[in-house]
Amino acid sequence: MNRFSSLQNALPLSIQEIPVMDLDSWRNEILKICRESKGRLIALFSAPAGKVSRLFGVVGIDQHGELRVGATDLGPNRSYASLTPELPEAHLFERELFEEEGILPEGHPWRKPVRKHETGPEGAYPFYEIAGEEIHEVAVGPVHAGIIEPGHFRFQCHGEKVLHLEIRLGYQHRGVEKLLPKSKPTRRAVLAESVAGDTVVGHALTYAHAIEALAGRSVPQRAKWLRVVVLELERLSNHIGDLGALGADIGFLPASAYFGRLRGEFLNLLMELTGNRYGRSFIRPGGVLTDLSEKKRVDFQRRLAVTSREIREVADLFFSTSSVLARLEHTGVVTREIAQSLGLVGPAARASNLIRDIRHDYPTGAYRFHYIPPVRLTSGDVYARARIRSLEGKRSLEFLEEALKALPPDKIFHLCEGLQASSLVVSLIEGWRGEIAHIAMTDARGEIDRYKIVDPSFHNWMGLSLAMRDGQISDFPLCNKSFNLSYAGHDL
Amino acid sequence: MWDLLKNRWKQRYRTQPFPPRELLPEPFRGRPVIDPKRCEDGCRRCAEVCPTSAILASPLRLDLGRCLFCQECVLACPEGAITYSQDHRMAIGNKTDLLLTGEEIKLAQALDQKMRKLFGRSLKLREVCAGSCNGCDLELQALNNVVFDLSRFGIQFVASPRHADGLVITGPVTKNMTLALMKSYEAVPDPKIVIAVGACAISGGPFEGSPEVLNGADGTVPVDLYIPGCPPHPLTILDGLLRLLGRIEEEDHPLKSI
Repeated sequence: MNRFSSLQNALPLSIQEIPVMDLDSWRNEILKICRESKGRLIALFSAPAGKVSRLFGVVGIDQHGELRVGATDLGPNRSYASLTPELPEAHLFERELFEEEGILPEGHPWRKPVRKHETGPEGAYPFYEIAGEEIHEVAVGPVHAGIIEPGHFRFQCHGEKVLHLEIRLGYQHRGVEKLLPKSKPTRRAVLAESVAGDTVVGHALTYAHAIEALAGRSVPQRAKWLRVVVLELERLSNHIGDLGALGADIGFLPASAYFGRLRGEFLNLLMELTGNRYGRSFIRPGGVLTDLSEKKRVDFQRRLAVTSREIREVADLFFSTSSVLARLEHTGVVTREIAQSLGLVGPAARASNLIRDIRHDYPTGAYRFHYIPPVRLTSGDVYARARIRSLEGKRSLEFLEEALKALPPDKIFHLCEGLQASSLVVSLIEGWRGEIAHIAMTDARGEIDRYKIVDPSFHNWMGLSLAMRDGQISDFPLCNKSFNLSYAGHDL
Repeated sequence: MWDLLKNRWKQRYRTQPFPPRELLPEPFRGRPVIDPKRCEDGCRRCAEVCPTSAILASPLRLDLGRCLFCQECVLACPEGAITYSQDHRMAIGNKTDLLLTGEEIKLAQALDQKMRKLFGRSLKLREVCAGSCNGCDLELQALNNVVFDLSRFGIQFVASPRHADGLVITGPVTKNMTLALMKSYEAVPDPKIVIAVGACAISGGPFEGSPEVLNGADGTVPVDLYIPGCPPHPLTILDGLLRLLGRIEEEDHPLKSI
């Protein structure tokens, strides 16, 4: 038996059904699915199995909406032939495994620590250095000039030209994955919400789907619709906010001010529905905690119509101003080939001509009933990543209009307790930044003993590095904002 | 050009008056209010569900610095002893005042006269994100938008600690950020103030007890103002900053008993 088990998004699988193969077959199977079935790596992680470490690979075949999972036990030397040379999208997963568990990916080109800068298995790892006349190095961070998260950026430049940007993260490392299984259910939910503060809803929903799957409970219809309403509001607030931030970075201040204010409109809607501007403590396993009254629903529809018109006006202004376009176009290009080989997800992938959207490929909840066509652009530059936000925002607004009309009368919460023993679930949601994956495993007593989180940023940070090649440092703010990756989500 | 002007005209003026004229709309979860009298049998259900052990039962008390403003205790309590008000005001000066007992809350006091003379009309702050999820940072950023317009009060975020009068800290202080935080603090010239924003920076929040974090800012640097929330509403932060500078007169803005 040399095949991975097939499973569906947010449906549980008994751990016994996961094939445990020898190292070579496991590795070859991952490569084969990625090559022949156009699969991509969703997660690579380890979990203890008796006395050995078991390595799990989860691969997604987008066009069939199918997930495959397979495992292998590591021998006493805890090493295996690295996947990265043949499958670059595995590079960060393998580095993480090496750092956390000491599992050595032999032949990995770059075993740099992911979060433990000096305390990893091999101690401090040097930054890349380039020598020569007119070569200089620029170091930025971890504390930045703006109000943003900490990270360290090292640019290697030849004159004005950036040869390479090396990114060191890990400053936000809080140990979320290790804390989660040990915590009581109410704390687990807030930990999931705190993976990334701008993706509270996305992570809460991914977590809720995982727990509901393990508990074998479905959710009332009304709750399913309210959940996607808040998820789309979150997407809109972030997409619009990012357009404003891009406006600020190119000095087009009207767009910065107007989009900045419009972002707040969505946060205020979230607050009036959930009690918190970021939708905290709204989605819980079993449903949602506050309902939308009929009066508020009508009010939301009216306000969304007004906001939608205002966004269109500001977006028209932004994308028709020649000084804006001159700055955005052909800046920070990520080609389709690079995006594919790095395994980019979300708007960053769709701006580089790749259709990857969980709402489309692996729909769950209300997305099963209502289709949102993904937006794809081809140029892979800052313009495409910006434009995709306004186009996706438009589709989200259309969807919200329908969803608010379609809200079925129903309860909003079912109690959801008692998890199936010895099971694994892969839960995927298209957050505003891209694919959020939560993988939960239970032990023989039905307690969660491994919880793996993959934030979309984890797939995308390397994309930012490559977008900067041959650009100038002054392009960095634009590239950075157009990706807008989470440091916290990466560092966990 | 005409499009720009047309857009500007359509956008109108959006800056919100401060102090705000009305409470935030329902179901906004503002400062929690507890009523220990309703909790005489000591059932402890609220304390058991609280994700951060912010609630102490018998007698009922609530640690505002740990509270994540989730709904667990409210939903768990059959007596309705814990509720959320729609009041955004909750910045605290002394750590001990973070513990709510059902009596009137002791909000932050203004700085002494000398400090107020220095900072009262112009306060420059450097923000250090020390392991937050980014929620608090987003709300600090939001203070700069046209709605809250922080700079109208003479308060600004600056790019370097050397240009700052104080630090604003978010996040539970991760081990990996401790050195950067200390260096930022040392780089701010004396006299300086430190403001901890959000449950994480006050107590570690949901990450309290993780071996990777230091459970809040005040183990590393001395804190002058605690702004609770997860994340705090921009109005909560604004209220805290202006209270510290002595620019909120209670007579103008009496605390309503809720």
